[in-house]
Amino acid sequence: MAPAVTILKYVGRRVLGVAITLLAASFLIFASLYAAPGDPADFLTQGRTLSPEAMASLREQYGLDDPFLVQYLHWLSGVLHGDFGTSFQFRDDVTTLIGARLGTTLTLMVMAAVLITVVGLTAGIVGSLNAGRAADRLVLVMTTFLAAVPSFVAAILLISVFAVRLGWFPTFGGGEGLLDRIYHLTLPAVALSLTFVALVSRVTRSAMLEELGREHVEVATSRGVPRSTVVRRHVLRNALGPILTVSGILVAGLLVSSAIVESAFGLSGLGSLLIQSVDKSDFPVVQAITLIVVGAFVLVNLLVDLLQPLIDPRTLAGEAGR
Amino acid sequence: MTALAPTAVVGRARFAKVRAFGGDWIIWLSAGVLVLFALAAVFAPLIAPYDPEATDLRNVLAGPSGDHLLGTDQVGRDTFSRLVYGARTSLVGPLAVVAASTVLGVLVGLVAGWRGGRLDSVISRVLDIMFAFPALLLAILAVTLFGKGLVAPIVAMSIAYTPFIARQVRGLVIASRSRPYVAAYTVQGFSPTDVAVRRVLPNISPLILAQATVMFGYALLDLAAMSFLGLGVQPPTSDWGSMINDSRGAVLLGEPLTAVVPSVAVIVTVIAFNVLGEELGDRIARRDA
Repeated sequence: MAPAVTILKYVGRRVLGVAITLLAASFLIFASLYAAPGDPADFLTQGRTLSPEAMASLREQYGLDDPFLVQYLHWLSGVLHGDFGTSFQFRDDVTTLIGARLGTTLTLMVMAAVLITVVGLTAGIVGSLNAGRAADRLVLVMTTFLAAVPSFVAAILLISVFAVRLGWFPTFGGGEGLLDRIYHLTLPAVALSLTFVALVSRVTRSAMLEELGREHVEVATSRGVPRSTVVRRHVLRNALGPILTVSGILVAGLLVSSAIVESAFGLSGLGSLLIQSVDKSDFPVVQAITLIVVGAFVLVNLLVDLLQPLIDPRTLAGEAGR
Repeated sequence: MTALAPTAVVGRARFAKVRAFGGDWIIWLSAGVLVLFALAAVFAPLIAPYDPEATDLRNVLAGPSGDHLLGTDQVGRDTFSRLVYGARTSLVGPLAVVAASTVLGVLVGLVAGWRGGRLDSVISRVLDIMFAFPALLLAILAVTLFGKGLVAPIVAMSIAYTPFIARQVRGLVIASRSRPYVAAYTVQGFSPTDVAVRRVLPNISPLILAQATVMFGYALLDLAAMSFLGLGVQPPTSDWGSMINDSRGAVLLGEPLTAVVPSVAVIVTVIAFNVLGEELGDRIARRDA
């Protein structure tokens, strides 16, 4: 067991890094308003005629009359208190809008994550343990193909076959109640996961192969340790680190791809809200969702970093030396 | 999609003694497909039998025939002609993204890796922050700010893809610094900039090319996704992504052909780029091994 100080240092360093990244990202997202051509107030209203009160509250919300840094801090403190401002198209709190749609997106994410983990890991492990044989080739051919199928293509083709032709699944909507929702989200979850299944199984396969070739694995095998124990304790456990790292990076793609899948299946989630808001130039909503996606990505990767030492205590060894 | 990172990781940790496809035929096939689409894009006016934007409302969603090789879409436009013209926007966009991000990435990575020290730490920190912005998300933000079309997504994605090249180049340059040939040039009195640009860069360029090739496929997918969402290429201009978007109504009517044609074009092109990029990476790995 590593000393507590080392663990604290490791955790502290990661958390500090995340805080800096989030702060910088929030600043960039806020400042992007000023990259838009023209006056920010004109950009925000987009030719809409707002009542003088609405205009005043807009200038107040964005603090457009304040110096830039004051504006940013004002906005940031709102965000930290869960206040993302008011949407133009819905004339409602952005936080309320997001809250109403979060459930669909989270369910979709969880379903996709389960599919990706189970199918991706299994395919990668099966491939690596049969390296060079037919099963491995099949996995390689399938993953080469699936990695090139974007979620919107998968969505359209799945709708065409399983919803229209076979009539097994609905083509549209998110469903009521948990079971119905899962039923409605099955095709979207499959469409969302295909590419990621391919990538995870690729990474799993190469990480497993790398570990399978190590000396301690050969030693364990030559000492008569059962194959299944060798694979589980010496190969898979060591391969888990790189697999987890890549999975963390993939989360970003998963979050953004859900916008495409939600739009394709007419789901009322965060992603379709984002696309809808881009269409209506509803900047407060776009800003909020962008920040949430970046935040979710950064936090998931923090979690991955914090899990690493539990899988492989050597991760902390590097920290002790610093 | 921002599924770029794993390729980079797989690229490093690759153990590709086994290939998915036996023999070299798949490489030639991939190269052939890309040449074919490139020719289609260049010579679209000569190849396409119809104006890709000409509608014919008496002839909608027609099946393949002598008149219309791949049928017509929901407003009677010739699918084959749209496919051929669509190759233009679908290939030129990713080309711009890959070219811009490669140039930027090489520049940033070379400076960071070669100079090292504080500058390197600052650049690495900035790259870390950029990694938190998926390419599609940045493209969506850019469209919100600058309007729909290809320009905003291309600029945004060029920025978003830069860290992938920059990080790779930085790593390669740092590894090169300790190689004997670099010391040899330095001892002979070549200036550091000269060694970096004239000696190290050409040496690592095949690996950069491999990464850029794989990136082309991902850029194509991301841009097609923007057009699918109605934020990229605007109607009536034909583009594979927007063709798939246009086909949604027909798919619900049980007429999937207009969706299948551009889908196959996207998938085949991306597979071809991935196969070539990975093959290039493998050959370099084998040469260096």
